[in-house]
Amino acid sequence: MSADRRQAGGVDPPYLHADYRSTALRAPLRPPLRIVYGPSELSGPSGAALLAGREQGVGADLTRQHAGEPLGERIIVHGRVLDARHRPLPDTLVEVWQANAAGRYAHVVDQHPAPLDPNFTGAGAFLTDAEGRYRFVTIKPGAYPWRNHPNAWRPAHIHFSVFGRSFSQRLITQMYFPGDPLLAYDPVFRSIPSPAARESLVSVFDPTHTAPEWALAYRFDITLGGREGRQGPEGREERT
Amino acid sequence: MRAGRTPSQTVGPFFEFALPWPGGPFVVAEGAPGAIRVHGRLFDGAGEPVPDGLIETWQASPAGTRGFGRSSTGRDGGFAIVTLKPTSVADAAGALHAPHLAVSVFARGLLKRAVTRVYFSDEEAANRSDPVLSAIPDDAARATLIARLEGGSYRLDIHLQGPRETVFFDV
Repeated sequence: MSADRRQAGGVDPPYLHADYRSTALRAPLRPPLRIVYGPSELSGPSGAALLAGREQGVGADLTRQHAGEPLGERIIVHGRVLDARHRPLPDTLVEVWQANAAGRYAHVVDQHPAPLDPNFTGAGAFLTDAEGRYRFVTIKPGAYPWRNHPNAWRPAHIHFSVFGRSFSQRLITQMYFPGDPLLAYDPVFRSIPSPAARESLVSVFDPTHTAPEWALAYRFDITLGGREGRQGPEGREERT
Repeated sequence: MRAGRTPSQTVGPFFEFALPWPGGPFVVAEGAPGAIRVHGRLFDGAGEPVPDGLIETWQASPAGTRGFGRSSTGRDGGFAIVTLKPTSVADAAGALHAPHLAVSVFARGLLKRAVTRVYFSDEEAANRSDPVLSAIPDDAARATLIARLEGGSYRLDIHLQGPRETVFFDV
């Protein structure tokens, strides 16, 4: 059992979280089966092979995917991807997607009556560098209403999908922005039991990475759970 | 200060323009030597199809492929992956795992992924000695992990909840 599972309150949300209505019929309710990881859970696809296989939504500058510049506040988002032992994970695929500055997704089922931006799709995919670092340029997403409860609004967020080196490390999460008053009301954010774990999804304003006269910067580090299939000294799997 | 593990959040309803890509479901090309099709539907606890889910598969064994498949679900909850059938693989303790795909399920309303495996109905002997299947005493529960060979392709529905709830793993 890893240290964070023992942490008060828990890191991951439970499947069933009554305040987030869509969990009611989609949350698995039976106790999960604790399995012996096999080679499939302890290995994973190469980031380079995944990126090479994609035909669309690739790149780390979401403001230069169309003829013109998107509207909104240009920002730099950067950070590191680490494993459970806080070692950097190089060459791993990071996928990001988000709403535009007006709070509208470039998605057919998003019916929020805010304008689409013909110069902004809001999707990117890139690899971490040798030190596990990533950096991308985008537009600060807007908050948007949803129908979870009366007058419900999602805080501004960017979705992150991260692979790591093994299937067991796979993570999809959301990055938020510091000082957002909507966080206190958001059932998705508040589904995370541990207050410290919850706060780890709030990016940090980072003046050291700001580009003067051009864009502000936010830092968001990602620490994956799971483990990889290395052999320990007695031929057992290493636990991380 | 060392940060703890980063928590999971739902994939949400609006990933279709960002995560799937046309080649995503094709670990190998349709019609490639040895290619198999694994398909099914994703259902919620009311037995309704989940039209905004994302199924990912990974397999360790086939050399020369990326091993990873991704299929979003359609209006009918349907997904499909074209790949090579994996071989049996030994874990670190030497136990042989029957051919299977490791599977992640993401969807709006799932605050963290649901993890399972897809096994194959025509691998009875290997399935009988598989350590994961063997840890599920109930026949009906075990059957939720085994794709049935029907008309040349493998079929397995995934039930997030309800009387036919798929066996999911603690990872």
